[in-house]
Amino acid sequence: MKFGILINEGPYNHQASDSAYLFAKAAIEKGHQVPRVFFYHDGVYNSTKLTEPPQDDRHIVNRWSKLAQDHKVDLVVCVAAGLRRGIKDEILAPGFRISGLGQLVEAGIQCDRLVTFGD
Amino acid sequence: MDEASEGVVKKFMFLNRKAPYGTIYALESLEVVLISAAFDQDVSLAFVDDGVYQIVKGQHTKGIDQKNFSPTYRALEGYDIEKLYVEKEGLEARGLTEDDLLVDVTVLSAAEMANLMAEQDVVISF
Repeated sequence: MKFGILINEGPYNHQASDSAYLFAKAAIEKGHQVPRVFFYHDGVYNSTKLTEPPQDDRHIVNRWSKLAQDHKVDLVVCVAAGLRRGIKDEILAPGFRISGLGQLVEAGIQCDRLVTFGD
Repeated sequence: MDEASEGVVKKFMFLNRKAPYGTIYALESLEVVLISAAFDQDVSLAFVDDGVYQIVKGQHTKGIDQKNFSPTYRALEGYDIEKLYVEKEGLEARGLTEDDLLVDVTVLSAAEMANLMAEQDVVISF
């Protein structure tokens, strides 16, 4: 099955990005595909390479980058939500790209399920 | 994500649950709704819980220095987005009636709303 994922909350503040990551990882391990993760609202903060958590904590941003690299997951950050919050190309971590909301709608059309993580 | 999505029509429901100005969810939800109109999908909007406040008449936002985006709901018709559903219990719990709303809607009970959600291909909840 193809799962599209929508993340609406920022990292560390909220469980959404952690849960989405664990869900995506588990789905891929079970043989499913996660072609795209779309970051919206404060979820866009999951994409900045300026993120530096304490060393004994999980690195949420790098974890997404690695998942993208290992399994060809398309990590899309909403341009409008990003610009509002100071997220631009020059601070994106590897594997992330900035694009429009059409990419979210497209994921809804092309995936078998679109799963939302957020409040 | 490289196959063409042309010709595929899915039932999309945007589920609005939050008040319009305390958080940005309502405004950013409306932005996706407008984009979805360009994809020729079967789009509907549902307003439940505090989400019913998004379409209440007479919103004045000058005092909080934010844009009043409620007129946009009236423009949805021009994008061929005409299916707007409101939860009856959500209105009643807030002392509102259909007359308090700025757009034409279909009022459904929570149970009817649940059935409608079950019919959708994609439910995006904000």
